[in-house]
Amino acid sequence: MDTHEQHHILSYGKLAAVLGALLILTVVTIGVSYLDLGIFNVPVALAIASTKVSLVLLFFMHLKYETKVITISFISTVIFLAIMITFTFWDVAFR
Amino acid sequence: MSSRVDTTGIKIGMWIFLYSEIILFGGLFVLYAVYFYRYPEFFAEGGKELDRVIGSVNTIVLLVSSFSVAASITAIQLKKKKTTVALLIFSLACGAIFLINKYFEWGAKFHHDIYPNSERLVDGEPGLNIFFGLYYVITGLHGLHVIIGMTLLAISLVLVLQNKIHAERFSMLDNSGLYWHLVDLIWIFVFPLFYLVL
Repeated sequence: MDTHEQHHILSYGKLAAVLGALLILTVVTIGVSYLDLGIFNVPVALAIASTKVSLVLLFFMHLKYETKVITISFISTVIFLAIMITFTFWDVAFR
Repeated sequence: MSSRVDTTGIKIGMWIFLYSEIILFGGLFVLYAVYFYRYPEFFAEGGKELDRVIGSVNTIVLLVSSFSVAASITAIQLKKKKTTVALLIFSLACGAIFLINKYFEWGAKFHHDIYPNSERLVDGEPGLNIFFGLYYVITGLHGLHVIIGMTLLAISLVLVLQNKIHAERFSMLDNSGLYWHLVDLIWIFVFPLFYLVL
């Protein structure tokens, strides 16, 4: 029956490599937090966090190997989140 | 009627639920962002009160547990039951360590008279009150998610032991894993925003 059910199996090695990258990025965030980058403090911290989140999503959560339905619906969620954040900031910044 | 299992459908259902969780925490982060914009200096002051060491340890613990959950899903597909069980027990232990750290962290805060509606926060600066209010709401809701995630992983562990989750049918473990990774995702943002603010 389940012929379409070809679940992609991630090797332990690949998962360990992702974990390694995540741990390195954690050390980088902690290190960067001691530097004063002025207005870049928050963007840098968020950029590193976003990279880590992408790694978790793509590999641990298998998003890289999922069907289109999941990929597209996930991207839509991110767009909605972005709309929520931008519109709130328009309101706050120009009040 | 054959009892065909729609694994794709099960997974899509789980993802739709995760989207609602993303928006839920997204809303709280927007709240954080707006108040951070308004009281940057108090947020920095509040952040210095939080224990960076505990925060960093908890980040590492969650990342490692996320790895072990992902590895347990690889193990079940390779029909390695013992490895799956060991990895799941390890992940549950990581979850427990996280909660124990959280208990000590919150305990220390309570001891310093920092908790919702405490005299120090109510009579102090509104910026600090808001920072710690958000801290308790977001880390508290996240902690609740850790407990739920651990429950789901524990149920999966029992089902693996009973051979109800196996290489051909492991959606329960897969979805519990997705939930656990979501918990990790949220923490990845909580950590720099609360513990490492400038």
